[in-house]
Amino acid sequence: MRLAFKIALRFLLSGKNQTILIALGIAVGVAVQVFIGSLIQGLQLSLVEKTIGNSSQITITSGSGDKIIRSWERVVYEAGISSKAIRNISPSVDASAFLEYEDGSEPILVRGFRLADADDIYGISGGLYDGKLPQRKDEAIIGRDLAEKLEVEINERVNLVTPLGGVVKLMVTGLYDLGVSAVNKSWLITNLETAQDIFGLDDGITSVEMQVDEVFNADNLARQVNNTLSDSRLIVDNWKDQNKQLLSGLSGQSLSSYMIQVFVLVAVLLGISSVLAISVVQRSKQLGILKAMGIKDRDASLIFVFQGLLLGVIGGVLGILLGIGLLLMFTAFAVNPDGSPVVPVFISYPFLVVSGLFAISAAVFASLIPARLSSRLNPIEVIKNG
Amino acid sequence: MDNIIELHGINKAYGEKIKTQVLHDINLSFEAGSFNSIIGASGSGKSTLLNIIGTLDKPTSGQLYINKRRTENMTKDELAELRNRTIGFIFQFHYLLPEFTAKENILMPYLINHFKPSKEVLSWTDQLIELVGIEKVAHNRATDMSGGQQQRAAIARALINKPPLVLADEPTGNLDSESSENVYNTMRKVNEEYGTTFIIITHDQRIAEKTDRIVEIKDGRIGLDIRR
Ligand SMILES: Nc1ncnc2c1ncn2[C@@H]1O[C@H](COP(=O)(O)OP(=O)(O)OP(=O)(O)O)[C@@H](O)[C@H]1O
Ligand SMILES: [Mg+2]
Repeated sequence: MRLAFKIALRFLLSGKNQTILIALGIAVGVAVQVFIGSLIQGLQLSLVEKTIGNSSQITITSGSGDKIIRSWERVVYEAGISSKAIRNISPSVDASAFLEYEDGSEPILVRGFRLADADDIYGISGGLYDGKLPQRKDEAIIGRDLAEKLEVEINERVNLVTPLGGVVKLMVTGLYDLGVSAVNKSWLITNLETAQDIFGLDDGITSVEMQVDEVFNADNLARQVNNTLSDSRLIVDNWKDQNKQLLSGLSGQSLSSYMIQVFVLVAVLLGISSVLAISVVQRSKQLGILKAMGIKDRDASLIFVFQGLLLGVIGGVLGILLGIGLLLMFTAFAVNPDGSPVVPVFISYPFLVVSGLFAISAAVFASLIPARLSSRLNPIEVIKNG
Repeated sequence: MDNIIELHGINKAYGEKIKTQVLHDINLSFEAGSFNSIIGASGSGKSTLLNIIGTLDKPTSGQLYINKRRTENMTKDELAELRNRTIGFIFQFHYLLPEFTAKENILMPYLINHFKPSKEVLSWTDQLIELVGIEKVAHNRATDMSGGQQQRAAIARALINKPPLVLADEPTGNLDSESSENVYNTMRKVNEEYGTTFIIITHDQRIAEKTDRIVEIKDGRIGLDIRR
């Protein structure tokens, strides 16, 4: 075994050009794999981040007839202890209403938050471009699109009409732009008490929203939340169930990226296999003599398995470095006018390790055919034919 | 003396449809410690016979005993182990592994069945290098040695495991007469010092005449068998 390794190493070293060529072949394959894989992962993560990064990822609503969650402090507490991966828990009161203006009225969604909590999810204070957050009762902020349509400026009062016909005067203390036009167009954000008052909920709310540390694990975490909640009538939703189409789009993309990676790997595999098979023929004299001297067939084949392994390790490491280099170059040169990368590249260490291990196992796998040839070689053929 | 090799009714034929019989019912034995040569015309079957003795080739029928052990039912691995411990090979075309130095080549048969060379084996290696007179080129790659030096390294390699038997197929076939003389003397020295049995195929009349026994193969049969 040790001898087989020693011979493998010596064979590789004495056929330097060939060795460098195969190692480079593997390296390029691995680099392409790392590059494409990381690019697609980065693309997907940024897409998901854009889509759901600033929204509720798990939402608890009431399954009772009036849609009101009454002992909501308890729900918030239970959601919080259900998993460490859950954060930014925010109670909210949501209800439809109309805003009146000169020529008519505009349908809106009133969102009553505990603003400090909701800020963590929606980044409200960051999106505020004029005025300040509501601080007292009957204060509210509205989005850019709505403000423009209604021609409202800060420190003006607006009339809010509830579905039941009640009219409430609210002071607009600020204007925001949260980057999503549906939100900018229709949300009126106020504090919890104001919303509860407008819709007569007393101390009740309508939903508890939260985010998670690993967005793709949201469905499992939602199940965990559901199991922890003591009130079984509550309904726990998560973004994955609500965005099936996005997810299937993503998995289609992943699939095509896997396909590319697999084909690259197959090409690498065939390359190694054929070069090593040729090298069995090239070294048949040596193998014949080793066998005459009593090396066992298993060790004779191990020589080529070790060569595959060594090539896989060298090529894999080189390929990962090359891939990272490509990615860094890509982020450095393919940039938007503001200097941010076109595609935010995501380098995942587990992915690099997996790519490397994949290359090594592929190389070992590819060496099995030459190993078999080597094992089967009959020394008499070599010895007779010189 | 005991026989180290015994051949009983060895036949060898090649070909599936048209059979060509190369060896005909060979009965032959070699005493342990003897120094033998095999001669005969080209194509008479000398190499075939030697390869069968060395378990590299299989006879079509007949039995081969090595050290009184029957060999025909041994597995490939058992045969490999037997060759490694019992037989040293010297081939006409040297066949050193060009990727390794002379010294590494000499150690190769030992390393096939051992993890690491012991101190004793290393000093035995140096002794052998001295014996065959290649001290100057011991750390050269095989490709950087003359034909005679390579052949002497191959002799040292054949002896590293102290096998009781050495098989040599035209070991001096590619060498000039001075190198041939040198290689012969080396083999003779080993035979006398360590009691190693030698079976040497040669076309060189002068070398054959110096051996203890000359076996002539003629058309696949034993012709002359001269002992001195
Ligand atoms: N694989 C084979 N198929 C058919 N015939 C073979 C085969 N191998 C050897 N022979 C024949 O067997 C005969 C003996 O061959 P062998 O190599 O033993 O001769 P030799 O006595 O060693 O000759 P030389 O002195 O030229 O080395 C030859 O006629 C050869 O053609
Ligand atoms: Mg011959």
